[in-house]
Amino acid sequence: MDFMNNFLFIALPYISIVTFLIGSIHRYKVTGFKYSSLSSQFLEGRKFYFGSLAFHWGILVVFAGHLLTFLFPTATIVWNSDPVRLIILEYAAFTIGFSSLVGLTALVFRRTTNPRIRVVTNRMDMVIELAIIIQVILGCWIALGYRWGSSWFASDLTPYLRSIFVFDPQTQAVIAMPLVIKIHIVGAFVIFALIPFTRLVHFLVAPFHYIWRPYQQVIWYWNRKRICDPNTPWNTHPPKNN
Amino acid sequence: MDIRSQISMVFHLDKCIGCHTCSVACKNIWTDRKGAEYMWWNNVETKPGTGYPTKWEDQGIYHGGWEKNGDGISLRGAGKRKGLLNIFHNPSLPVIDDYYEPFTYKYLDLIESAAGDDQPTARPVSMITGKPIDIKMGPNWDDDLSGTPDYARNDPNLKKLSAAEQEAMFQLERMAFFYLPRICNHCLNPACVASCPSGAIYKRGEDGVVLINQNVCRAWRMCVTACPYKKSYYNWHTGKSEKCILCYPRIEAGYAPACMHSCVGRIRYLGVILYDADRIHEVASASEGELINRHMDILVDPFDPTVIASAKKNGIADSTIQAAQNSPTYKFVKEWGLALPLHAEFRTLPMLFYVPPLLPVMATVKEVRNRKQTEKLGPISKVWDNDWLYDTSTEEIWGTIDQARFPLKYLANMFSAGDESKIKERLKKLMAVRIYRRWKTVGDITEKKAMDALREVGYTPEIADNVYYLTSLAKFDDRFVIPAAHREHAIEMLEFTGDKKGSTGFGFKEDTMKRGL
Repeated sequence: MDFMNNFLFIALPYISIVTFLIGSIHRYKVTGFKYSSLSSQFLEGRKFYFGSLAFHWGILVVFAGHLLTFLFPTATIVWNSDPVRLIILEYAAFTIGFSSLVGLTALVFRRTTNPRIRVVTNRMDMVIELAIIIQVILGCWIALGYRWGSSWFASDLTPYLRSIFVFDPQTQAVIAMPLVIKIHIVGAFVIFALIPFTRLVHFLVAPFHYIWRPYQQVIWYWNRKRICDPNTPWNTHPPKNN
Repeated sequence: MDIRSQISMVFHLDKCIGCHTCSVACKNIWTDRKGAEYMWWNNVETKPGTGYPTKWEDQGIYHGGWEKNGDGISLRGAGKRKGLLNIFHNPSLPVIDDYYEPFTYKYLDLIESAAGDDQPTARPVSMITGKPIDIKMGPNWDDDLSGTPDYARNDPNLKKLSAAEQEAMFQLERMAFFYLPRICNHCLNPACVASCPSGAIYKRGEDGVVLINQNVCRAWRMCVTACPYKKSYYNWHTGKSEKCILCYPRIEAGYAPACMHSCVGRIRYLGVILYDADRIHEVASASEGELINRHMDILVDPFDPTVIASAKKNGIADSTIQAAQNSPTYKFVKEWGLALPLHAEFRTLPMLFYVPPLLPVMATVKEVRNRKQTEKLGPISKVWDNDWLYDTSTEEIWGTIDQARFPLKYLANMFSAGDESKIKERLKKLMAVRIYRRWKTVGDITEKKAMDALREVGYTPEIADNVYYLTSLAKFDDRFVIPAAHREHAIEMLEFTGDKKGSTGFGFKEDTMKRGL
């Protein structure tokens, strides 16, 4: 049992982080062409509307919630010290999590029933969709069955996660958790490790740089103005057009 | 002044015979691939008609292009705020059914079917799913279908025409249509570039070709929405957008693009135009009535010494400047004032210009002989009249322009942002050259009349001769003046030469940088 716990809550997180880092960087460098959201809206737009919006916004907010609780555990507990605020937070989180579940279910349904979408579906698409759907179901189950998750996450799991990042894993709190929560944690690491092998990589290239970019882009093979300028150093690099 | 060079195009619509050779040349070279079957980087539409994708000109549906927004402009259906908020579902994205579902036929069934009582048939199958489909639409589905209720009468350009004007266009005996070949306009203010969240789309500095970097495209699909001409296409198989590349590998080598090279009617002209990049934003933000004039203004005179000096400062090669001076497109667009951009009101400053069609539009019109009976039948009914003549008379010099078979308003909606006078001016010039040539070759017109016609449009006989030559007699090298890329620059298109200095040539197979490490 000790071995199992050590593997799942110490080894697996590191395996998952290393796989994620090496895998996604390698994929970006070597097969940049395959970094794409592979949108299928062009083939089917209506069902996609409900599924995609509910899922994406839902999962984003839920993920942000987990991240904030991890980063600011004290603030979360202070927020939760007032029962009204606690209940508002928990209800909102559950609703949003559930909406992402509904959205994802609609997307899986669309992916398996629409003949056009099936053509652009590969095995990893189904694997990752099922993994996430199980993860979200577990999450909703935990939200209902093991109340005030935002509080116990902040007090018990944040220290565990932090201990992993400082290379001093402390697993006592996790081992004492109920089985459902343990599966949810393991599931998170598994999904994390799967990212470089699936279309999920698209969130890594989310286009935030668009906000600061000027609208128009002109690229020269080589800027003649600069090449003629004796102050231009030789070690500057050409624009990346290829 | 920031002078840049742009490869620009002129399509002479009077000469287009609608043979689709250009489309097929393009398809065979570039889009005969999985996921690209439905794409026609070059397509030829029948006007009036709904086009491809259906009703692409109606930005009430597709939300493409720029719109005026106070002093400036903003993207209608994309942009930083709308684009990022709608990234999970783009509400203005056309789906494949707006183009058509690509299909083929199961030809093998004709050969391999078991013997039976019935002839085997080749059933149509979808090229997406591979399953049998009922074909709803295909390439050029509305080809030559002027007057039809589903296509011609749904043309978005008819919007500002009165019901009577529309009806007049589609009376059986008066019906006319012309062809509108379209490729990417390689705009000066491209909406696709501005809309791309990944920054995958860019305009090449050297020749203004607009390209999509396939390695950077992430299928956020905003370019498809933003391009008002719907010339950016989403490849559903690769998850990348694609568009016309103006055959840049050919252009760099000095060859004409495939669509232009193969053009049977020789309607296409391609050449360099120098423009002032500093003023793009200002021009794109001009009021609708001013747009075309201002667009013409930033296309600068390649003989002007200050322009040449500024161009050289930007590193534009002498061969390019020379090509700009010989450019057939500059002549059509600026010198002779014959060509107009398509839908200037989209504010992308397209660099593909059209010489508006004269023939199908002109050449009417005789009084209906039995007018009384016509009135009795009512305005909607078709009236047969044996006296219809293809009237090319030159009695009244400009008479036929005002009695054109299409209301000028229709052409104006397409080519001059609704300004009829600009269309009329161009048609008059075309007509004047025609009258001048008729005096020269047929001789049934007096010299005075021909000269009057030219004078009125501001042409000298010399200009008229040049227009005639470039329109009717021009050889390949007159129609396509392409400055090929310089050999000494060729390596710079791919590599940074500074990095490679000393690493090739005689000596080492290993990268010299690694020696000793």
